[in-house]
Amino acid sequence: MNGMREAADQIFVNAKHWLVEWMPPALQPLSSILLSVSAIVSVFALLFAITTIVERKGLGRFQNRLGPNRVGPFGWLQPVADGLKTLTKEDVVPRAADRLVHFLAPLALVVPVFLAFSVLPIGRNMAAIDLDAGLLFFFAVGASSELAVFMAGWSSRNKYSLLGAMRAIAQMISYEVPLIVSSLTVVMMAGTLSLVEIVRVQADFWHGLPQWHVFTPWGLAGFLLFFVAATAESNRSPFDIPEGESEIIAGYYLEYSGFKFALFFLGEYLGLFAVSALAVTLFLGGWSAPVSLLAWLPSWFWFFAKLCALIAVLIWVRATLPRLRMDQLMRFAWTFMLPMALINLVVAAVWHYVGGGLAGWLIGAVLLAVPYVGLGLLLGRPGGFRKRTYRFAD
Amino acid sequence: MNPGFSILALIVLMGAVGAMTLRNLVHCALSLAVTFAGLAGLYLALGAEFVGLAQVLVYIGAVAILIVFAILLTRPLDTAQARPFSATWVAGLAVALIVFGVLSMAIHRSGVGADRVALSGGVTVREIGDLLMTWYVVPLEVVGLLLTVALIGAVIIALREEAPRAEDAAGDGPGKGIGKEKEPGHREP
Repeated sequence: MNGMREAADQIFVNAKHWLVEWMPPALQPLSSILLSVSAIVSVFALLFAITTIVERKGLGRFQNRLGPNRVGPFGWLQPVADGLKTLTKEDVVPRAADRLVHFLAPLALVVPVFLAFSVLPIGRNMAAIDLDAGLLFFFAVGASSELAVFMAGWSSRNKYSLLGAMRAIAQMISYEVPLIVSSLTVVMMAGTLSLVEIVRVQADFWHGLPQWHVFTPWGLAGFLLFFVAATAESNRSPFDIPEGESEIIAGYYLEYSGFKFALFFLGEYLGLFAVSALAVTLFLGGWSAPVSLLAWLPSWFWFFAKLCALIAVLIWVRATLPRLRMDQLMRFAWTFMLPMALINLVVAAVWHYVGGGLAGWLIGAVLLAVPYVGLGLLLGRPGGFRKRTYRFAD
Repeated sequence: MNPGFSILALIVLMGAVGAMTLRNLVHCALSLAVTFAGLAGLYLALGAEFVGLAQVLVYIGAVAILIVFAILLTRPLDTAQARPFSATWVAGLAVALIVFGVLSMAIHRSGVGADRVALSGGVTVREIGDLLMTWYVVPLEVVGLLLTVALIGAVIIALREEAPRAEDAAGDGPGKGIGKEKEPGHREP
């Protein structure tokens, strides 16, 4: 029984080792790299295809309509049709566009996003590279996608594109701060930047119950802050003002068609998966099972189950909440998210010195609830959300 | 010289040459970003993981964005320039040479590289963090304070511009909307 469980858990690791050993020794490092890369590329691209159809059908249900139901049984083959359509469509480039930058922008967006997956532990022993500074690597490649957004918006020579790019960059830079600060609590407590180590810290059970970071006051607040910032970072509704179709049509990728458009779409969803996977890794115990009774299921199953749950929550949020205005967005980031994230660092430090337990919970709850209510009252007071006067547009 | 270093050095140099010679300012900025990426690659190849990744995070994620924002906010959208050489290129060259001379002299005199220590397996982030929090804690705090002061100063400078605008908008009273919307941007100083 134990052996079978071990075999199911490590089936992909063992399969890779078996395939690599079968290669001549000179090609072994290269083939090992290629296997890891192709696994990441194919699995997450497949997850992208599944997510698009689930999201379209789910949104259809939320909005009291059927959603796509023509291609294949109940419309489940719609992603195949979409993929074929984007591949065969004409690639239209505006005459005024900066052709080289316009061509490079989708690549500059998709490549870093794929790189981000390389440090995520997908299962036990299943991180493509175990970097000592894995979290830093993740944020570094995430930051480089901002330049790609700028390249797309600027090179299209379209004012909607440029406006969308400016909005997107402003939003990404603003929400990067609470995103990084809220994940710093985990680094403080785990004492490492390696994502593999961070999962290992959470993987042990206490009387059959999990020890995930989300089950502490700083972890709970950190997870919520991280998740909101991650939603904004990946330009998802209710923070999807950079591509608000009612005002700037599609934002920075307005002038892209055919497969380049599909690459932007892919990049956006992969960024969403990457940052959700990071939330799972940092706060929800990565590949570890929720209770020790269920630990017989393979580790990669738990990782993808948690990832899919987070994606489902994001679809639900998208269908439920209206879009925020640009100034509300910025105000929320700088006057609410950032102070709460900084206070959360203090809560983590207090938890460390009190040593957890009931006292830690009480102090943490007070430290978090007082500023939460205070900030809410301060920002929501009459006149707090008055009519906005625009400097450049009135 | 190993091939990895040669390729990365070539990327750095080509990016730098592009940043100097390209006609379009935004192209220059993007070319500079290529140089930053190449430098990060060099750091990573030397085993300085933390420095390399911080280079990507700070220079590509922030400095390059800052440069393109500055270009777009201060110049018209069509940023093509007639010549790569400005009128004062001789003075610029002289200043660049002086700065290079001073920096290289300072580095030469400081004795960096004289006491070379063989590192085994690179420096971990934990060691860097320990050093920053113990031996180098005062410089770290001073730099942090300086940056915070600069940040607050920038916000204050940006705010001061808005104060007369707010009074102006309040003084205008109702009925200002329609006429002004027809010519956007004309009233901006």
